[in-house]
Amino acid sequence: MKNIARIICMGLTLFWATAGLAADTIKIGFNIPMTGDIPKVGESSKLAAEMLKEEINAHGGLDVGGKKYQLEFIYEDNEAKAESAVTTALKLIEKDEVLAIIGPNSSKQAVPAGQVCDDNQTVMVSPWSTNPDTTLDRPWVFRAAFLDPFQGPVAVNFAVKTFKAETAAVLYDLSNDYSKGLAEIFKAEFEKKMGPGTVLAFESHGTKDQDFSAQLTKIIATKPDFIFVPDNYNQVALIVKQARQLGYKGEFMGSDAWGSAELMTLCGDDCKGLHFSTHYAAAGATGPTKEFIDRYNAKYGYIPDDVAALTWDATRIVLQGIQNTGKLTGKLRRDRKAVRDGMTEITSFAGITGDMKFDEQGDPVKCAVVVQISQTGAFEFKESVCP
Amino acid sequence: MLATIIQNLINALQWGSFYALIALGYTLVYGVLTLINFAHGDIFMVGAYIAFFVATFCLATIGLPGWAALIVTIPLTMILTSMVGVAIERIAYRPLRRKGAHRLYVVITALMCGLILEHGNLALLGASRKAFPSLINEQVFTVGGVTFTNLKIAVIASAILVFVLLQWIVTKTRVGMAMRAIAYDKFAVPLMGIPMDNIIVATFILGSSMAGLAGILFAMSYPILEPYMGALIGWKAFIAAVVGGIGDIRGAFLGGFLLGAVEILVVAFFPSTLRDLIAFTVLLVILAFRPTGLFGIAKTTKI
Repeated sequence: MKNIARIICMGLTLFWATAGLAADTIKIGFNIPMTGDIPKVGESSKLAAEMLKEEINAHGGLDVGGKKYQLEFIYEDNEAKAESAVTTALKLIEKDEVLAIIGPNSSKQAVPAGQVCDDNQTVMVSPWSTNPDTTLDRPWVFRAAFLDPFQGPVAVNFAVKTFKAETAAVLYDLSNDYSKGLAEIFKAEFEKKMGPGTVLAFESHGTKDQDFSAQLTKIIATKPDFIFVPDNYNQVALIVKQARQLGYKGEFMGSDAWGSAELMTLCGDDCKGLHFSTHYAAAGATGPTKEFIDRYNAKYGYIPDDVAALTWDATRIVLQGIQNTGKLTGKLRRDRKAVRDGMTEITSFAGITGDMKFDEQGDPVKCAVVVQISQTGAFEFKESVCP
Repeated sequence: MLATIIQNLINALQWGSFYALIALGYTLVYGVLTLINFAHGDIFMVGAYIAFFVATFCLATIGLPGWAALIVTIPLTMILTSMVGVAIERIAYRPLRRKGAHRLYVVITALMCGLILEHGNLALLGASRKAFPSLINEQVFTVGGVTFTNLKIAVIASAILVFVLLQWIVTKTRVGMAMRAIAYDKFAVPLMGIPMDNIIVATFILGSSMAGLAGILFAMSYPILEPYMGALIGWKAFIAAVVGGIGDIRGAFLGGFLLGAVEILVVAFFPSTLRDLIAFTVLLVILAFRPTGLFGIAKTTKI
């Protein structure tokens, strides 16, 4: 009996001790795809965030108004599904009581999850989402990536200049907000520049599709100068391979969803030499960007992709917002409001994916780069385009 | 124009081959047991993964050249995949059959088996995709504006070969005769001294090894593997089997190619956004006129 009492006593002490510590921690939730269609995206986000957390906690924690807070990151899997992203956001807000949320990454999940965070008055920062609807008229939602209305013209101008293209074809994922939105922006922009009807084919497919031969046959029959494929990296690998099998030898132009570290393991030789627009180029980086890449590479054994870099930036933006509050009260609703106000105070930010300024929608104004996939599979810098 | 049509037909034949190969497995099991084996799509997925491991092992550990690895991979994958199919029959379906459970419960069990295979794979191997190694050198041929690869031709040829083989087994051999007998009257069959369980196991071996073969060919044609790859194609192959007339081998074969052709040709001549809408409307119309499928025979249940 005595022993039991002692154990309970110890347990209680331990409980109070941790509860006491908990007051000095800041909880941030991550709504990321660790399984589903794009698991590598979730993994990159998580690894980058872990690296940042370890660095800050090793230095005693985050300094908010003279008081040090330990960081606690909670990673939740949204399975790369829109409906799961919504429930994940709600869980982080209500059950885990996080101060702010990073993610979801894809627009497909970020657009619906943004609504939930805005309704529940919790700051959300999407690292990777480029669809304008994610932050549109949502004062609580921010992002670290540029927008598709900016990315579309970058792709158009680059292709026209580099491929000397006069005609184009598009193949996109119908059930993905990101892919569909960007495909439409691209088409409008290309036809504005080159004249109506210059987008010879505008074809779609489903997210789970593996055979694209019918769409590609149709596209190739129109003989476009290049094919624009704003698709996730897993589908890009299949699309490029099948186009080559159907005898297509021309150019492809891709978008930022190509830029995963896993693209080259899935696609292999077929993707070498192709171009896509993205957030940063790992090959040839300098300054803090290079420092980040080297540390990530040393820790995890591969070059970080754009999602990793953007998650690093997004998390640092949130931490900056938290520091701007000057003081945390420990009352969740008031603190969340303070963090939002702190976020709006950030007018410019020096990120590793480039310097950014924030507009009134919470969107960064920053540069895009076009990279070429080299013969060794590295993403090499070709051109930088600034607004 | 002619070249485009032939090109689309080749595409349709290749894509239909996968539906046909998987649909054959559905129809065999249904024909013998009147059981819709909803785990079949996931057995196909397991087949593709087994092929991946066997092929990687042959290439990397033993160091065989690609063609030799392929020769080893095909029979080994078919054997291992049929073992998975038989294991599911032994663990999940046979106990229910012994207890005389209603067919509905067996179908639900099959659905659960499929989910267990998917999520077991997810838990075991993680969510990241596997890139299937290239075993043969794919050559692109262009004849008069029509482009095809040696792999495409091989896929179509194997599907036809498998169909001929199965048709022969079912109509000409003793095992096939026993299978048809069980389908005809499963109460009289044991009385005639036919070992029913053995025949059912043989059915699962045949069906699952076809799924395994489909898995290899699929992985070679679309070399990205993920745990959920069997779900959608499995459902669609089931639809193909139903449209062909489930329980009939010719029906499954034709249904598979029909669905492949409809999907490809809809994209070829209509906007691709309407693909599934038009494709499944066509199938619905076929079923409206022939509710038992193209080759199906209406059966009445005896009480």
